[in-house]
Amino acid sequence: MAVRVQHEPFDAAAEIAALTNGRSDIGGVVTFTGLVRGDVDGRPLVSLTLEHYPGMTEAELGRIEAEARERFELLDCLVVHRSGELTPGEGIVLVVTLARHRGAAFEAAEFLMDFLKTRAPFWKKETFADGGGNWVDSRDSDGVAQARWERRR
Amino acid sequence: MSSDATTIGGVSAAVAAEQRVTVRYFAWVRERVGRAEEQVAVPAGVATVGELAGWLATRGPEYAEAFRRADIVRAALDQVHVKPSAPLAGAREVAFFPPVTGG
Repeated sequence: MAVRVQHEPFDAAAEIAALTNGRSDIGGVVTFTGLVRGDVDGRPLVSLTLEHYPGMTEAELGRIEAEARERFELLDCLVVHRSGELTPGEGIVLVVTLARHRGAAFEAAEFLMDFLKTRAPFWKKETFADGGGNWVDSRDSDGVAQARWERRR
Repeated sequence: MSSDATTIGGVSAAVAAEQRVTVRYFAWVRERVGRAEEQVAVPAGVATVGELAGWLATRGPEYAEAFRRADIVRAALDQVHVKPSAPLAGAREVAFFPPVTGG
């Protein structure tokens, strides 16, 4: 059980190896990796800068992770979120969930991403090749994605 | 001696009445305010997070601009998300920021 905020790139394969090493109770591992897209509606992007709220970010990710562990039969999970200036193609976020059966691992990974997007205090700023810059607006669809978990309970 | 005790009691009561909080700003709220954080003495009559935002908005044009869309600006109290109606009493850190866009 871990959450990390770091500027450095992450290595999904190495993280899976570390989480599964020496264990034989795990039946399935699900990973989600979010990447920086190189354009916004065709407008070329130079970089994406992630600002966050040190202290609250770790606390909020911890609360989200604790909720996932309470809802799903997880053996372990990991959330790594990067901060600072990232370039197209780089990883932004990594979620790894481990369970005896795949259902819980898939569901928990989706749950973690939906809650992370609406609750973890990160803000993205886009810097474009044409010199413009823009804070990303929150998407209504993210709120809808989170809200469906309220109904499922 | 009893009058000294009364004076000391009176002073500590006055200190307790003035609440100081660290106010932190993030993303475009930070850019518009022009600073990342500051110490603020909570004025009398300001009891909630929403009232603090309303008071901050009166401190100058940069604050007015940052809090112009008060319905969009979100808040956290001691690093936990809260609604504008949350009471400030006992809090040490208040943060204002746009809706989050991580992930």
